[in-house]
Amino acid sequence: MMVLITYDVNTETDAGKKRLRLIAKECVNKCQRVQNSVFECLLDPAQFSELRHKLEKIADGSTDSLRYYYLGKNWKRRVEHFGAKTSYDPEGVLII
Amino acid sequence: MKKLLNVLYVTTPEAYLSLDGENVVVLIEGKEKFRLPIHTIESIVCFGFLGASPALMGFCAKNGVGLCFVSPYGRFLARVSGGVYGNVLLRKKQFRVSDSEADCVPIAINCIIAKLNNSRVVIERAIRDHPGQVDVNALKKASTYIKNSTVQLQNCSSLEEIRGIEGDCAKIYFEVFDELILHSKDSFYMRGRNKRPPKDNLNALLSFLYTLLAHDVQSALETVGLDPYVGFLHRERPGRPSLALDIMEEFRAFFVDRLVLSLINRKQITGKGFTVRESGGVMMDADTRKNVLMAWQKRKQEKITHPFLNEKISLGLLPYVQSLLLARHLRGDLDAYPPFLWK
Repeated sequence: MMVLITYDVNTETDAGKKRLRLIAKECVNKCQRVQNSVFECLLDPAQFSELRHKLEKIADGSTDSLRYYYLGKNWKRRVEHFGAKTSYDPEGVLII
Repeated sequence: MKKLLNVLYVTTPEAYLSLDGENVVVLIEGKEKFRLPIHTIESIVCFGFLGASPALMGFCAKNGVGLCFVSPYGRFLARVSGGVYGNVLLRKKQFRVSDSEADCVPIAINCIIAKLNNSRVVIERAIRDHPGQVDVNALKKASTYIKNSTVQLQNCSSLEEIRGIEGDCAKIYFEVFDELILHSKDSFYMRGRNKRPPKDNLNALLSFLYTLLAHDVQSALETVGLDPYVGFLHRERPGRPSLALDIMEEFRAFFVDRLVLSLINRKQITGKGFTVRESGGVMMDADTRKNVLMAWQKRKQEKITHPFLNEKISLGLLPYVQSLLLARHLRGDLDAYPPFLWK
């Protein structure tokens, strides 16, 4: 399934900057970075709950926020893109 | 059922693969060109010579992602595999079966029956679809010959006999293969199989796709814990994945031959995309190779109902399913190995 993850991390303190770095790192490991704090992940439900657990352990609920948008299996017709930084289709043909 | 994951093909010759966190990063001239989380793919096929970092190799081996290097023209060079894993009891059983000819024969017979059946389907399909354009008599004759051989095969008691029948049928099959090509016959023709290097366009295409298929089958066998180097019909030879070649027999006609025929007959590739080298070997240019890879990936995503499991699966999972069934047979859960019979 395709999940869109976005986050907002409060970076006023050094601890906040560290949280941002850690969260970004976890997301980069599993997902495609489509914009600065927006990630598209093609994961199965088990992998997703693992990632979610990791992210929520790092994030501080009182200042940061994480949002998950479940785009499901038919995600392709729900996503459109305009402008620079085109993404790749993880289910399409990957030839470099 | 396992999910069919994607395959990353790296065809740029100067690409270098490295690992960053859990991502594969493709570097071209030191600059990051592409990045992809490794767990969304099941294997990487690399056509370049610069290769990959040891860290990436280790990560792939640990996570069960196949990493395979082939030369820019599709010839297999090496694959990276990690420590031995899987069930040791299953593997020992496989070795014991492989050592006794009496145990090998029934499995080998089933594989070859499937091979013959599936190549007959290719011929029969041409008779059905293009009765006006092909030499129906010759095709019918070949089809009947293969059919009779299938019956003969069931009474074989030695591997030598099986190999003999298989060889005869392959010869008959490739003799009429030329008939199945409906267009651009001057650039694509079949005058016998030749390889290492392939000497004409059609052989180049077939060899290229057989290499890709062998890679898929070998990865599938390793996934279920079988040793791809210990075969039943093909004898062991250092560096030869004999079991992968055994299991591949069922898929040759279904996956590769059919795809090659559609590519040619739909004019998706032309003779211009091939060049002959001084050595007499034929190679594809980058665009043709890309087209072929795209068609191959698309084909793997098509779905069929598996005749034995009665379950809908992607074609790309067939090698995995067959390996699973073979493992079940070796473990004693199934009385015989059910090969993949295409209808």
